[in-house]
Amino acid sequence: MYEIVGKRELAPKIKLFEVNAPEMAEKARPGQFLIIIIDEKGERIPLTVAGYDAEKGTISFAFNEVGKTTKQLGCLKVGDSVQSITGPLGNPSDIRNFGRALCMAGGVMIAPMLLQVRALREAGNKITVVVGARIKELLFYEKEMKDLSDEFYVATDDGSKGYKGLDFLKEILSKQKFDRCVAWGPVVMMKNVCEITKPFGVPTVVTLTPIMIDGMGMCGVCRVTVGGKMKFGCVDGPEFDGHLVDFDGLINRQRMFLPEERLSSLLWELQGGCSCGGK
Amino acid sequence: MAESKPKPKIKKEAEPMPKQKPEVRRKNFNEVALGYSEEQAKTEANRCLQCPKPQCVTGCPVEISIPEFIKLLREGKYEEAAKKIKEKNSLPAVCGRVCPQEEQCQKFCILGKVGEPVSIGRLERWLADWERKRGNVKKPDDPPPTGKKVAVIGAGPAGLTAAADLAKLGHKAVIFEALHLPGGVLVYGIPEFRLPKSIVRAEADYVQSLGADLKLGYLIGRIHTIPELLKTGFDAVFIGTGAGLPAFLGVLGEHLGGIYSANEFLIRVNLMKAYAFPFYDTPIRIGKHVVVIGGGNVATDSARSALRLGAEEVCIVYRRSREEMPARKEEIENAEEEGILCKFLANPTRFIGDEKGWVKQMECICMELGPPDESGRRRPVPVKGSEFTMDVDTVVVAVGRTPNPIIQSTTEGLAVTKWGTIVADENGKTSIEGVYAGGDIVTGEATVISAMGAGKKAARAIHEYLMQEK
Ligand SMILES: Cc1cc2nc3c(=O)[nH]c(=O)nc-3n(C[C@H](O)[C@H](O)[C@H](O)COP(=O)(O)OP(=O)(O)OC[C@H]3O[C@@H](n4cnc5c(N)ncnc54)[C@H](O)[C@@H]3O)c2cc1C
Ligand code: FES
Repeated sequence: MYEIVGKRELAPKIKLFEVNAPEMAEKARPGQFLIIIIDEKGERIPLTVAGYDAEKGTISFAFNEVGKTTKQLGCLKVGDSVQSITGPLGNPSDIRNFGRALCMAGGVMIAPMLLQVRALREAGNKITVVVGARIKELLFYEKEMKDLSDEFYVATDDGSKGYKGLDFLKEILSKQKFDRCVAWGPVVMMKNVCEITKPFGVPTVVTLTPIMIDGMGMCGVCRVTVGGKMKFGCVDGPEFDGHLVDFDGLINRQRMFLPEERLSSLLWELQGGCSCGGK
Repeated sequence: MAESKPKPKIKKEAEPMPKQKPEVRRKNFNEVALGYSEEQAKTEANRCLQCPKPQCVTGCPVEISIPEFIKLLREGKYEEAAKKIKEKNSLPAVCGRVCPQEEQCQKFCILGKVGEPVSIGRLERWLADWERKRGNVKKPDDPPPTGKKVAVIGAGPAGLTAAADLAKLGHKAVIFEALHLPGGVLVYGIPEFRLPKSIVRAEADYVQSLGADLKLGYLIGRIHTIPELLKTGFDAVFIGTGAGLPAFLGVLGEHLGGIYSANEFLIRVNLMKAYAFPFYDTPIRIGKHVVVIGGGNVATDSARSALRLGAEEVCIVYRRSREEMPARKEEIENAEEEGILCKFLANPTRFIGDEKGWVKQMECICMELGPPDESGRRRPVPVKGSEFTMDVDTVVVAVGRTPNPIIQSTTEGLAVTKWGTIVADENGKTSIEGVYAGGDIVTGEATVISAMGAGKKAARAIHEYLMQEK
């Protein structure tokens, strides 16, 4: 059992949890992930590490309430516990002084990206940060990111704040040379970023979120095609060279259980969902 | 209970195992084999000839005193009989159900030459069940603690056995298991209808009652490495991490929806209880036409699970012929009774998907058997131009499993073979002092009983190593 010691709403339906897990707090590094099971009937879901504090003995993760499990998770309160957390899993991000780095985060992935940006900054990089969301209401961590970066941009799909869409990236990329781009977010966003950075020859790392079960190489459900070869997202990744990833294949595999996920979510709502009122 | 003398005339046929009827069981996940009644157990035990030089024992990887426990059973001394088995085997309820007895003890039974061998496995199962149902599983007295601490990695049969034996010798065993439940293949691979999970639970609880600690959700290599464990208070390590990585065919279209590795399929169904979706959260999707590629226990378990999940037709496609199928004989028979089809001497060459990225057809090539290969089985060779296609909507790939490399790649100096298995001597000693290994991680895919045997031997060797230390 892992106790929840902190809960914060970062944006509507996006929550950040801090849980007691001293051993994980000591070992986790940016880029790694956790597998969480809420209760005995629960599924195993992967969530990226969004923070760790070895002194306090806590670890954090953020999630978007999209399906049954994340909705149920969102209803838990400080003092409640989840049945099991396994982690840290996956390879840590490559953190060193690359020179000039472009860090792009979309949606819920802005939360773990903060960790990455901090680490890259400590390693001596000059950093340009772009945070993006569908609409301006879903943005968060703007101030934190701004404080850590040399250049800071905001983008939304609908243009309600900052740039509209990702086309402005081309301008940024043609103005100066970047030695590394880290793009974390929805698959479609990562795919688009990779298409934009490729002609500029900026090495681009993405973090993949295929369906996972065990998270340690046992089941193969997380298989993705990278550079024409089959890779396992959980143990070979989660980060990969974005210019080699078959994003369309990934999107297809992510949709595999959509009908079941919908059913599960509907049943949860029918049974009354949660009564916490989003607190 | 009255002592029954063996009858002068021995029955040639074994007592049949009572089973759920095929048309009933193909719709549920309850255990297929119901187990002997007390009377049946005694009748079967009475068939044993009590050979002075018992051959059966030589076929048992852990050398259970088979004639002795059978003698105790027929004398009605069930408790002692169960104890006799437990001297050598700490998981009898499991082994009685899943050991390939026809390849081991029963293969050597003298009665097998004139009729059917004594059903040793069924008797073992009956005694273990009798003891468990009585609810008073005997636990040995607590040994004096030695003050030594051993990390056991993996809670499969190898790790559980090693931990139990170490605890019985007075060492503090701490089991680190990556999954959220103990049992290894017993909990994530072998289905409920063949091995009820409550039994695995009971066996794991028993190991803990001996004093071993169980830590779940600890992937060693990530949260702690072996060198770290040795530096932070552990005097020795046992690695029993199994062969948990799925092999794929490496043919075109394997990324398509509807294609599962057997591990994924069985983990969903067994570990995550997807058969009870949506009451359990993990889903599984079964189509009408399911094919399972492979010929081992993993293939028959997957095929029979698919049937129970509502598939209209399930076909096992195997590249060799029936004789070479490595699955337990009893399970092949069970599968056929349930209506599973088999297509022998065929191998997939590619999968064809629909516009939504879901598999709709499988192209295969016919095979013929050539001369024997290293494994002694005849090597299948493709027949040129014999390709054919099958309509399928669910595919389970059960063509083998390899060791997980996480430990090997995070433990400097640990010698590994080219197949990724850990190099260890017959006592489990690896290339690093104080580090032992056993089970599938050393042998590659094998059996529950051989993994347990390896755990036992390693526990003994670790004990010697710890006690000779200054
Ligand atoms: C579907 C199926 C059916 C089978 N049927 C039979 C049968 O009928 N009869 C028979 O005799 N054999 C059968 N087998 C084979 C048998 O189950 C195995 O040989 C046996 O379980 C091996 O035991 P083990 O302890 O070595 O490994 P496993 O049972 O594989 O256990 C290894 C454990 O280690 C854990 N682990 C792995 N890496 C780490 C790590 N880095 N840190 C922490 N934990 C880790 C795993 O999660 C797992 O729980 C079957 C196998 C399968 C897959
Ligand atoms: S999640 Fe199972 S292998 Fe990656």
